[in-house]
Amino acid sequence: MSPVLADLEVGQLVGERTVELDRRALVRYAGASGDLNPIHWNERVAVEVGLPGVIAHGMLTMGTAVGLVGDWAGDPGKVVDYGVRFTRPVPVPDPGVATVEISGVVGAVDAEQGTVRIDLTVTCGGTRVLGKAQALVRL
Amino acid sequence: MGINLEYAGRSYPATAPYTVGREHLRDFARAVGAEHPVHHDVDAARSLGHPDVIAPPTFAVVIAQRAEAQLVEDPDAGIDFTRVVHADERFTHHRPIHAGDELSTVLHVDGIVERAGLAMVTTRCEITAADGAPVSTVRSTLAVRGEGS
Repeated sequence: MSPVLADLEVGQLVGERTVELDRRALVRYAGASGDLNPIHWNERVAVEVGLPGVIAHGMLTMGTAVGLVGDWAGDPGKVVDYGVRFTRPVPVPDPGVATVEISGVVGAVDAEQGTVRIDLTVTCGGTRVLGKAQALVRL
Repeated sequence: MGINLEYAGRSYPATAPYTVGREHLRDFARAVGAEHPVHHDVDAARSLGHPDVIAPPTFAVVIAQRAEAQLVEDPDAGIDFTRVVHADERFTHHRPIHAGDELSTVLHVDGIVERAGLAMVTTRCEITAADGAPVSTVRSTLAVRGEGS
């Protein structure tokens, strides 16, 4: 069921999630999105361009992070605006996983517009990987 | 060759229509871990008032990047993709994208700014339905490192 705008308070936690990304997840996203940039699956190319190794698509991190917002809203179609800055890469080891921690809080409520802004904190290894990650939800 | 500043302000003709497939939406949703039934189950989507399964909020990047290729893959634009870092991305949805949509995109190069050895290239994709109604606006900034930096 959808949250009710009048019940929301700024700072209120709307969800937390931990996601593990491995190389398979990157290949899956490459295929589903059509973003075939080799820095997301080819260690040699990633190192050649100066990266520590293969990194996750920024768009994969962005797309994964917003899931808890849509689930909380009761319908991901209620997310009317979503923007992020890509502040740090997410290196994905092999073997192993990158662990991404996501949490969302109410950032602002606009009763007139019927919208709530959810501010997302997205970290990997304690470092923020997305900046100013904000989703606007129409309730 | 460096980045071509003359491309700032440029707009492109609308792309040929892109047909949004139901299985593609399901695959994309799985790839970003979006398990909500509205992306997978047609009946669940209809019960929430959608005509068919809907796209996760960032799916529009799939459509936008096809339009952006007109700029990024144009040798005269001078964007060396091995020197590109994605700086930011923003989606504004006028309505959710759903399976069966036929979407056209107009690409605008809103700005190219050079500072401290970096060129910031800001693009905007205006995605519209077959009837011309606005569906999504996708804004993206690429940071392109200059040669020797």
